[in-house]
Amino acid sequence: MTVLLVALGAAVGAPLRYLADRFIQSRIDAVFPWGTLAVNVVGSFVLGVVMALSADGGLGDDTVALVGVGFCGALTTYSTFSYETLRLLEDGARWYALGNVAGSVIAGVAAAAAGWALAS
Amino acid sequence: MLGAIAAGGVVGAEARYALTLLGGDDPRFPWATLAENITGCFLIGVLMAVILQLTAPHRLVRPFLGVGMLGGYTTFSAYAVEVRELIADDRAAAALSYLVITPLAALTAVWLGVRGTGAALGRLRHRGT
Repeated sequence: MTVLLVALGAAVGAPLRYLADRFIQSRIDAVFPWGTLAVNVVGSFVLGVVMALSADGGLGDDTVALVGVGFCGALTTYSTFSYETLRLLEDGARWYALGNVAGSVIAGVAAAAAGWALAS
Repeated sequence: MLGAIAAGGVVGAEARYALTLLGGDDPRFPWATLAENITGCFLIGVLMAVILQLTAPHRLVRPFLGVGMLGGYTTFSAYAVEVRELIADDRAAAALSYLVITPLAALTAVWLGVRGTGAALGRLRHRGT
């Protein structure tokens, strides 16, 4: 059962990441990977909410598997984030690379904390 | 295209879920997520290096393996929530090391994946001629 819920969440999260990334990058037309940063921050916020509700006993393990492990896990990505950072470094855009790492990490943790605080 | 991404995402997320169960829940340090993110970053480096060498890669290779599978296998949200948890538990040293080590190790891994694959492919081609 849990395996199915993880699959269902991931089957929605992964394509949504692709669509959101394409939508954002087509609007902004920038070298900076705003699309990945946006999905990572939004996913961190949602997982913060989910884990806070689960810690309070307001959410069951099934919802955590579906929304947390499956959806948020597949919506967010570390592989694309680091590959895009490497590309920025190799293109000589060192400050963009540093900004991407620092911005993603700070905004992601802040979003997770905000989601947790809002939900608990 | 979206179907390939979804299918890859399911495979990747299940692999991540299985590894997290296997790794167990260590309250002192989130080793499982760290290991998943580092291996996923190494593999995206390998994949991209191989794809860039191919003259005509199948159009679903990158959506299925890269965007879907490795995107679903690695996770930024668990990383962010785990950092928050370590801070909330007053484990400042663990929080700071996890916060810094993950992106540094991830970048090193993707770089090693790209460069290592490039070198290996170059040697193979050299041997073939």
